Amino acid sequence: MTVTRPTKLDVAIVDYGMGNLFSVKHASEYVGLGARITAEKADILGASAVILPGVGAFGDAMAALKRLDLVGPLQEIGRSGKPLIGICLGLQLLMTESYEFGRHRGLDLIEGPVVRLRNAAGGHAKVKVPQVGWNRVFRPEPSGDASQAGELPVTDDPWRGTFMEALPDGEYMYFVHSFYVEPRDQQVMLSTTCYGDQVFCSGIRSGGIFGTQFHPERSGPQGLRIYKRLANLIHTRDQGAQRSDV
Amino acid sequence: MTVRIIARLDIKGPNLVKGIHLEGLRVLGKPEHFARYYYETGADELFYMDAVASLYQRNSLTDIVERTAREIFIPLTVGGGIRSLDDIRTSLRAGADKVAINTAAIKRAELIREASRAFGSSTIVVSIEAVRKPDGSYEAYTDCGRERTGLDAFDWALQAAELGAGELVVTSINQEGTGKGFDLELTGRIAEAVDIPVIAAGGAGRMQDVEKVISEARADAVSVASIIHYNSVRKIQYDGNEFEREGNIDFLRRGISNSHIQDASIGQIKDYLVNSHIDCRC
Repeated sequence: MTVTRPTKLDVAIVDYGMGNLFSVKHASEYVGLGARITAEKADILGASAVILPGVGAFGDAMAALKRLDLVGPLQEIGRSGKPLIGICLGLQLLMTESYEFGRHRGLDLIEGPVVRLRNAAGGHAKVKVPQVGWNRVFRPEPSGDASQAGELPVTDDPWRGTFMEALPDGEYMYFVHSFYVEPRDQQVMLSTTCYGDQVFCSGIRSGGIFGTQFHPERSGPQGLRIYKRLANLIHTRDQGAQRSDV
Repeated sequence: MTVRIIARLDIKGPNLVKGIHLEGLRVLGKPEHFARYYYETGADELFYMDAVASLYQRNSLTDIVERTAREIFIPLTVGGGIRSLDDIRTSLRAGADKVAINTAAIKRAELIREASRAFGSSTIVVSIEAVRKPDGSYEAYTDCGRERTGLDAFDWALQAAELGAGELVVTSINQEGTGKGFDLELTGRIAEAVDIPVIAAGGAGRMQDVEKVISEARADAVSVASIIHYNSVRKIQYDGNEFEREGNIDFLRRGISNSHIQDASIGQIKDYLVNSHIDCRC
């Protein structure tokens, strides 16, 4: 039997027992999103958007999602076009597989592995892993011909229409992680970040699927701008859906 | 990579306090007011420490953490009196992002492994409070610097990192609250030895001290208290009646008297660091 809720839930924050879900909830509420921390399939399937947060080990997280029978529903949402936002470990779970403490299958919504940051960087001072702290987030370098020609296609802003819209390039966001995602398809890269001598993918976008390696909910006023944009995207999408219903 | 400036707020009951050598606590104001002010003026993180929790076996921070987490969107670490996985869970549920553990981890080191497994390494900060001995060695202490452990601080730092700590906050009890600068040897040797980030704590009296512990001792983050509190206490409106419940407030009435401390705002500290070619979020 399904439980009917008085109002439609804007955001379901998936609770699989790991990480600080409360900062995600507080940030969502701060920008006017109705949010619930939940492991209920009905909540997750019924919400306008789903946030998959998380801190911890990849294998444990996937085991928890399986135990809660949430792997199927999350894959269904990821393929439906409904906004599915992975944060930190949540982003990594969207990928094919991870090499954290062995090899583990992920939700496989974005093709590519999750790999570890390197401690030692040739010729550089020791790089601490995990990366803990504020780092800059950039629009990805245009790939292939455009970068070789040295011309940036300024009209084609990869952040337009996403929750990163209108953020200055190089904005500081808060990171806590030892692993990062390597999407096979460069086109899904939403942002890049440099740590030591490594440039890694710090954000992805593919259809309705978004992910950030950083924590917008811990990234001060600029992080809250991401939540604000997310709220606008969700509400705009809901209004569109209502219009097409009638 | 940027160096973090962490505003440390020692809390006793409902009040923000500050001591010297982790003792002789004096009331400065309401922690929430200071927390909001530091958030708005560029703190990279907040660190709430229940200054008497280990002593009285209580944890009264939860309410303050809950109120803070609703309006402040930077990482919040909570320490003091955390003894079990349940205590960690309670702190996280109140809105903390990380917890700092000292006494309980020294009593039972496996707690670090269990906690990092259950909540993720990055959630677990091990707090090392060290006293420099006359022979130049360093010993880890517990219970806000009251109890000796016989543990060498450097051995303990390595062990904590191996057990899965995500970060270490290293406090020199000799320097804490004095404003005479950080213990560069203590911080530097630990930062060199471990692969995880090290937060330097205890002793900042001037902006130069912050710069030195980064450039000379390779601290990944710096925890500051007196230097910013003494600056902020003049700027934050407070009502003296709020502090009658607990603590010594003579200090508030008399004004600041520690001559070693040249107070500065977080913005001033960061400007100074940037001018010294140290990367930080501005």
